[in-house]
Amino acid sequence: MTRVLGREPALYAKTRAVPPGRRTRWHSLRRSRSLRAYAFIAPSVLIMGVFMLWPLISSARLSFYQSSEFGPETFVGLGNYRQMFGDPIFRGDLIRTIVYALVVTPTTVGLALLFAVMLNRRLRGRSFFRAAIFLPAVLSLGVMAIAWEYLLDPNIGLVPQWLAPLGVSVGIGQADPTIAFIYVCIVGVWKNVGFYMVMYLAGLATVPQDLYDAARVDGASKFRQFRSITWPLLSNTSAFVFIMATIASVQAFDQIYSMTRGGPYFSTETLAYLLYRKGFQDLDFGYASAVAWVLTAIVFAVALVQQAFFSRREVRY
Amino acid sequence: MSGDEARMTVQLRRRERLAMTRLPGRVLLYASLSVSAFIILLPVLWMLSASVRPEGNIISHPADLIPTAFTFDNFREIWSAIPFLDELRNSVIFAGGVTCVSLLFDSMTAYALARLDFPGKRVFFLLVLLFLMIPPQITLIPVYQIVAKLGLVNTFPGMIIPRATNMFGIFFLRQFFLGIPEDLSQAARIDGAGEFRIYWKVILPLARPALLTLGLFHFMYNWNDLLWPLIITTSNNMATLPAGLSEFAGTHVVQYGLLMAGATMAMLPMLVAFLAVQRKFIQGIATTGFK
Repeated sequence: MTRVLGREPALYAKTRAVPPGRRTRWHSLRRSRSLRAYAFIAPSVLIMGVFMLWPLISSARLSFYQSSEFGPETFVGLGNYRQMFGDPIFRGDLIRTIVYALVVTPTTVGLALLFAVMLNRRLRGRSFFRAAIFLPAVLSLGVMAIAWEYLLDPNIGLVPQWLAPLGVSVGIGQADPTIAFIYVCIVGVWKNVGFYMVMYLAGLATVPQDLYDAARVDGASKFRQFRSITWPLLSNTSAFVFIMATIASVQAFDQIYSMTRGGPYFSTETLAYLLYRKGFQDLDFGYASAVAWVLTAIVFAVALVQQAFFSRREVRY
Repeated sequence: MSGDEARMTVQLRRRERLAMTRLPGRVLLYASLSVSAFIILLPVLWMLSASVRPEGNIISHPADLIPTAFTFDNFREIWSAIPFLDELRNSVIFAGGVTCVSLLFDSMTAYALARLDFPGKRVFFLLVLLFLMIPPQITLIPVYQIVAKLGLVNTFPGMIIPRATNMFGIFFLRQFFLGIPEDLSQAARIDGAGEFRIYWKVILPLARPALLTLGLFHFMYNWNDLLWPLIITTSNNMATLPAGLSEFAGTHVVQYGLLMAGATMAMLPMLVAFLAVQRKFIQGIATTGFK
């Protein structure tokens, strides 16, 4: 981010170079150019103001109110937050969201990196494999989760049928809370692994090839090459991918809605789903806004921690 | 060894690299890639297969992936089983509308950020970056309330306007515009072209690959999105395809073939678009990982 901003000063330097005599004309010229610039950003600014900035303030306010779609709003102070942390369902959802993120993020990123390394070399059918692994990223998770649900159905599903001869039984399938949670995690990984693989492939393309040649001359093993060259030089990509993947996992919703509706017994309900249920089914806007702020706090905490962790490992060529 | 290596040409080295990957390793590589690709494609294959099988066949032959009985009834009946045509139209208008409007507004703002100078520019850009980080859920309820207050629930403007500009789009295009040589717009400026003309006639045509990538992003994201359409549409004939199909899957006595036919058709545009511009698409996504 800072590097991006660092480009600006050149623009300002230009304005300072104007001879003093032409100051006023330059000023009016500059003002009219500013006005034109404002015209360019006006539509976005308007939408950002009405549908982002104002809602942000509004949701902070709402979280301190008892509020629903109809009827008056009453100020309850920290009431929503107190009620929330006292609610075992919320606490369960909070823990589940964290567990989901802790399981799904490293699995997705790890597999993505593995696929990227495997598909970075010259290989027959390489573009087929890349496309196949990437495909879920362009498909609707909400719709594809329906296919997954039937694929995994203990009665008519293909996967349990195929696994049965191997001695693997899924029992009652997703009616079992633990299995349902595992399914939701699997589908979450499935959706994003190809997307992050592509980012890693782009990262791998920037690693100078001669480093590997040199390492091979020195007799370094494949694993050693990965650990000492690939992984450290990919840390910029990893930072970006990890942050994106974590933020996406913390907000998991689509496959849960399509497959389980948060059930059985809230065993697959995440914070994002709780927000939806409280806000748009129970129409308890105040409580749902408090949930939203907890979710946001988690996202920011994760981003900050990862920023700190990866910025020490930033690579520049 | 090292002396020989140094004297080799690039081509020879490449050939050697291929040979050095030992045979068992290669077999293992292909096997694991094939298995992975199969598992990843499985739901798509099953969906395609179930969509052309009669209902009874799906239930009685659960282990079949390759259909043993064919029918196109599912594709005929889905149109009347759910308001499929309405949902298709809604998806096209919603995703298409957001894509067009957002591309226009994003590129205008990106142009100002990349090429024009105005007081407050830095603060504005920081705000864009900040909003980029904010999870959409947090503003969901107030945005819904505003749309409701404007009386736009269950309307296309209500669905589209809150998404008419996108922070990622602004950021992405700004980065691209910064890379276009300044001389081109300077030349146009000397020729007396106004700022909007330069933006429209010089910059946008040069930014076509970026616009195409971003357009695909916007279309894909909105075509597939579930939560926002679910919230902002309450009447059945305004639902988009993902919302309509999830609803159908959740509330009806499930007819798998029918549902999978609907899902196949909902997936088809993205599938076709992806296959058509696959390489560009993947490249486009790859470039967003930088800076």
